[in-house]
Amino acid sequence: MSESVKISIKDFSFYYEEQPALLHINMEIPSNKIFSIFGPARSGKTTLLKSLNRLTDLIFGVRHTGTILLDGRDIYDEKHSVTQLRRRVGMVFDLPTPLPISIFDNIAYGPRLNGITQKKRLNEIVEKALRSAVLWEEVKDRLHTSALRLSGGQQQRLCIARVLALEPEVLLLDEPCSGLDPISTANIEETLLQLKKDYTIVLVPHNIQQASRVADRTAFLLNGELIEEGPTYEIFTRPKDKRTEDYVTGRFG
Amino acid sequence: MEIKEKVIEKILLIIAFSTILILALIAFFIFEQGSSLIWKVGLKNFILGDRWVPSKGEFGILPMIVGSFWVTFGALILGIPLGLSSAIFLCEWIPPMVAMFLRPAIHLLAAIPSVIYGFWGLITIVPIIRNYLGGPGLSILSGSIILGIMILPTIISISEDSLKALPPSYKAGALALGATHWQTIWRVLIPAARSGILASIILGMGRAIGETMAMIMILGNAVKMPSSFLDSARTLTTNIGIEMGYSTGDHRQALFATGIILFFIIMILNSLAIIISRRRTR
Amino acid sequence: MRFYQSRYLTQGLAKILIWVASLFSIAVMILILIQILSEGIPVISLNFLLDHPRSMGREGGIFSTIIGTAALTGLAIIFATPLGVGTAIFLREYTRESRVSRIIRFGTDCLAGIPSIIFGLFGFIFFVIYLNLGWSILSGGLTLASMILPTIICTAEEAIKAIPYSYREVSYSLGGTKWQTITRTILPNALPGIFTGVILSVGRSIGETAAVILTAGSSLVMPTSIFSPIRTMAVHFYILAREGVSMEMAYGTGAVLIIMVLLVNTIANLLLNRYIRQRT
Repeated sequence: MSESVKISIKDFSFYYEEQPALLHINMEIPSNKIFSIFGPARSGKTTLLKSLNRLTDLIFGVRHTGTILLDGRDIYDEKHSVTQLRRRVGMVFDLPTPLPISIFDNIAYGPRLNGITQKKRLNEIVEKALRSAVLWEEVKDRLHTSALRLSGGQQQRLCIARVLALEPEVLLLDEPCSGLDPISTANIEETLLQLKKDYTIVLVPHNIQQASRVADRTAFLLNGELIEEGPTYEIFTRPKDKRTEDYVTGRFG
Repeated sequence: MEIKEKVIEKILLIIAFSTILILALIAFFIFEQGSSLIWKVGLKNFILGDRWVPSKGEFGILPMIVGSFWVTFGALILGIPLGLSSAIFLCEWIPPMVAMFLRPAIHLLAAIPSVIYGFWGLITIVPIIRNYLGGPGLSILSGSIILGIMILPTIISISEDSLKALPPSYKAGALALGATHWQTIWRVLIPAARSGILASIILGMGRAIGETMAMIMILGNAVKMPSSFLDSARTLTTNIGIEMGYSTGDHRQALFATGIILFFIIMILNSLAIIISRRRTR
Repeated sequence: MRFYQSRYLTQGLAKILIWVASLFSIAVMILILIQILSEGIPVISLNFLLDHPRSMGREGGIFSTIIGTAALTGLAIIFATPLGVGTAIFLREYTRESRVSRIIRFGTDCLAGIPSIIFGLFGFIFFVIYLNLGWSILSGGLTLASMILPTIICTAEEAIKAIPYSYREVSYSLGGTKWQTITRTILPNALPGIFTGVILSVGRSIGETAAVILTAGSSLVMPTSIFSPIRTMAVHFYILAREGVSMEMAYGTGAVLIIMVLLVNTIANLLLNRYIRQRT
């Protein structure tokens, strides 16, 4: 049974004003797997991630060439709404960013944007999302308290739950565990492994070890170019490109 | 949904231009009302004429210009030293805790309506001047004193902001070289903050020139050319304020014409202040 | 030795002068308040506040002027707040620094510097005469709205600016449109700051006289609609003081004016401080 491709990136280049950030990226992200993108700082990982849900549209003076297909359809096609895209492709940022409202309202924010207002339905959605993010047990008794009172790890799981409430198809995670203690990190990685059954996950790992722990396939990005990509085990043990080998073994970074 | 977003954007664009619209309306109507009279009388006669007798059709605003000038000048003489001193005081000379308490107090005092200041001037300053210095009491001197007090908050807060915005290295450097606190302030900090301080003075000047109600109450409103600080006088603003209520025809247009002159003066002052304070960031 | 002495002498002298000057400034301002409040507060009673003025203000109370002030200020806020907040939203969310935003800011700065007598002239010729609204609450309210607009724009902009970019990013990434993000995330968080600006404008409107006399008239009769002329407390105070009608009434009105303005501004300051503390 061949793997189905969820996201197909074809000859994609991205420019901030006239500075190139990504150059001719060709990549296929398979469904229901964890795909990690690693590389040194400023190699374009976040830009690539944010291009997948067109969050880069918010920045002034950007342009791109090439295409990105989600389930075979161009995400930059004018006929398709950006807001729909962002509901299908959700994102979790590197710093936990709870909105200054209650836990419940944070999770319900996305569905409410979508027009869901029935209390019963929202309650169901919130519970399901919190369970999927393995946060339900810890917060079920204080759903209407401020989300700002949660710990860092809990806040980040809140952000994951917030995205899951929209029942997306793809999860983008940009160094989701930076700033978190090892236990929270382990919790989140465990959660991701559970989630990949139902979602396609694209992850920028905090370090190489994290990628090797959770990712099925991995890509190495350097200075905006895709150097190589393949099953995680092979990339880290038998890299084909010398630059990959140098980075993995710590000769630079 | 996309259409809704576009419509909202257009609506907000129109709303955002409301200030420009209002400004344009103000300029248009004031000019429309006043310019025909200036044309009729002649700009030179209007500005340099020293007789204002509406009933005879004589519209010279020089006495008012002179009045405005002297009152403002007097206010600045009072306001600048007091204001600057207080700014230095707040910024450098008292512990920050006390300053934090005094600063809102000064802002509060800036919010007191001008009619209150005018009233107080009427019952306190005017009699003092009348009794000790002669004249009717309702005079340019009284006006200057009250106006000086009124512009204090402006000069204090903006000067203080400029002083606070200076990099601490200026002060540290001067003190390290052995300067006394006062020397540091006088020779280093104030010159460094001079554009902000200058801006505060110009803004204070603008406020002074634009003040109406308090001046009506204490200047005495004599229409002739003032020759001393103890004379009663009118300013450009009080002239409008007093006569607007019952003016008609040419008279009314002459008041609008006065408004045009006032408008120009204020615009120039404000532009100066903006230019100078932009130069501040160097 | 002599050199050492003269520097410190100068400093000592300067110190004394500065102390004197500053304390003098502050003292004078406090003196003004005390003088008026001490004569005026005894005049204030429930009757004073609730009674109508009689015989041109010589007797009775100031009720109609209180109503007039409230109506005028209320109308000004109703007009200016949507315009001001809308402008602020446009400047911060829909444009970057560009020619358009520079023009708008220029207009706002200019408007802020225009003296009230000019607004009075404008309001008179435009609202009272040209639009034929007469001397009325409506004319006065619209004129006042023009005067407070820059303040509302400024405070609203600051409030919106203070909201972290991450809030916006979160809202957009969850599929929010621009307007949804503005109404559900940005405005609710900017509300305290905006409210403070509104309160400050209320304080200013209460004390405004020149523009009000020329546009809202000076009738002491209770207004019946927004087309009725009214007299505000500030105008009443001015007329009483200038025409020497009744010093006692003048003091009383003045005291009420001062108290209201101080109250409003103190509330605004408290709100502002609480708001700033909440954010940091």
